[in-house]
Amino acid sequence: MLLLRLILLNAFRHRLRAVLTIVGVAVALTAFGLLRTVLDAWHAGVEASSANRLVTRNAVSLTQPLPFAYKGRIRQVTGVDIVAAGGWFGGVYLDEKNFFPNFVVEADDFFKLYPELVVSPEEQKAFLSDRKAAIIGRKLAERFHWRIGDTVTLRGTIYPGQWPMTIRAIYKGARPDTDETVLYFHYSYLDETMKKRAPTRAGQVGFFMIGIRDATRAAEISKDIDALFRNSQAETLTETERAFQLGFVAMSEAILLAITAVSYVVIAIILAVAANTMAMSARERLGEFAVLKTLGFGAPALAGMLLAESLLLALAGTALAMAVLPPLAKGFAVGLAQYFPIFFVSPTTIMLQAAFGLAVGVLAAAVPAWRVSAVRIADAFRRIG
Amino acid sequence: MDRPLIEISHLSKSYRRGDQVIPVLSDITFDIAAGEFLALIGPSGSGKSTLLNCIAGIDSLDAGSITVGGTDIATLSESELAVWRSRHVGFIFQFYNLIPVLTALENVELPLLLTSLSAAARRDHALAALAAVGLSDRTDHKPNQLSGGQQQRVAIARAIVTDPDIIVADEPTGDLDRVSAADVMALLKRLNADLGKTIVMVTHDHKAAEAAHLVRELDKGELRVAP
Ligand SMILES: Nc1ncnc2c1ncn2[C@@H]1O[C@H](COP(=O)(O)OP(=O)(O)OP(=O)(O)O)[C@@H](O)[C@H]1O
Ligand SMILES: [Mg+2]
Repeated sequence: MLLLRLILLNAFRHRLRAVLTIVGVAVALTAFGLLRTVLDAWHAGVEASSANRLVTRNAVSLTQPLPFAYKGRIRQVTGVDIVAAGGWFGGVYLDEKNFFPNFVVEADDFFKLYPELVVSPEEQKAFLSDRKAAIIGRKLAERFHWRIGDTVTLRGTIYPGQWPMTIRAIYKGARPDTDETVLYFHYSYLDETMKKRAPTRAGQVGFFMIGIRDATRAAEISKDIDALFRNSQAETLTETERAFQLGFVAMSEAILLAITAVSYVVIAIILAVAANTMAMSARERLGEFAVLKTLGFGAPALAGMLLAESLLLALAGTALAMAVLPPLAKGFAVGLAQYFPIFFVSPTTIMLQAAFGLAVGVLAAAVPAWRVSAVRIADAFRRIG
Repeated sequence: MDRPLIEISHLSKSYRRGDQVIPVLSDITFDIAAGEFLALIGPSGSGKSTLLNCIAGIDSLDAGSITVGGTDIATLSESELAVWRSRHVGFIFQFYNLIPVLTALENVELPLLLTSLSAAARRDHALAALAAVGLSDRTDHKPNQLSGGQQQRVAIARAIVTDPDIIVADEPTGDLDRVSAADVMALLKRLNADLGKTIVMVTHDHKAAEAAHLVRELDKGELRVAP
């Protein structure tokens, strides 16, 4: 096909410029994809949470405890099904840089509340019947090569001392966005030890996880629970687990906004670069376009040729970016596992890459295509002649 | 007697630069018969290229009419003119104006993309046109692998490949040495004599003008038959 050959030859007439433009588009769209994947990872905790679960915490702040005694009263609120106490333990394994999240929970009710943590019945039984047992996520086990029966000692930061425990169970996530990097152990182990070491700090919990029967009544039930403790020593704030997670995320709202902005700025920059490439290439070939016009090629044909060239470059870059992003993200996922347990490229991100690649191709050609269509033959010859 | 192929009547054209009006062609009337070989001469800036461009339908007039084969081309829209040019006019330029990335054969084939010919037929036509200008052995050469004279012959092949009635040439030998120029003129003469093409040629070169049947001189926007 002569026409296709002409488009191809013209697109790569300045080989270096064409290759740089393709690489530029590829780098920009890859960066865009990575940034979006980081944002997705950030929000994954929120997405994974269930609308059927509420969290009650101290109204003052996340770090203030609540009395364990609240549990009985919360359970009496109409609509409440299960209540499990829990808390952020904040233990360190050997060194700060080995960070992973670790919580204490009331294990019995906790398993009922979190069916997405999948454990074999034998391991679950072994964990429940050992007061000093821990259950860990699959990815955490892989990271430290821990196996069932291993003893792990955490150094307390909030609760001083050494805390040895035995790994009795390893859970898997039922969904791809379930966090598999967490360690949970028994609230009773913490509380009984604290009774001996620092009795004033016993009988306290970080939060209550609450299962409700009807997600549509979440707001009402939350209000009822908080009403119970109004004007008491420790007022509560109850919200859906999703809102609770969002509270964590919201702290970094400014950063998220910045990342979002940068991801779009990258697209805008590459659009400018591609548009410049097309404008230069059209300007250099104005005489040739005038010749084609003279021969009888109409404005739509010339505009179409430029558009095809532009799309060729932009889509080559897009294809490169789409091929590079998933393996690159996999590499990042390994390196960032401790911060972003859920790090994978979503189909939306891939679709956005394709859409922006296409948009860059079309928009970059718009102005030069319009110029070339509008140019008057006699004027063009005068300029080159 | 047959009606002339090209009838130019009361053609005027001026350019505006700021609020200054520069008249280029004023009230020009003349005919060009079918099969004519006309040379337009005149001093630089006298409007030769402008007149040629008007006749070929790539520039617009201010007043008057140009009727070619019964069609008043001044009334055609831009896209109608494009179609008209592709069917009726072959173009030869001073600087050849070949597409540098395409081979000689592909350059000649280019205008045929606007016809309904099959790919094989297009190739055959293009090969025949290259043979007519004596370049059968250069089909796969790029323009920068050809001499100026060869490039101009490829351009002539491109101008005749669609079998147009009229060939317009603006200083076709202006960029060539004497031998190549003579080759090109011989070729144009043959196209006129053997194939009956009507040729309108602008030239500075008196040798070239000698090849024409008729020489008209343009001076200060007016036309007269040269002695
Ligand atoms: N677009 C334009 N704007 C203003 N003036 C123009 C324009 N095009 C042509 N002219 C003027 O019109 C006049 C005729 O130009 P034209 O190119 O037809 O001359 P020419 O006879 O072909 O000259 P040459 O032999 O140098 O090619 C010149 O004075 C030129 O400056
Ligand atoms: Mg001229």
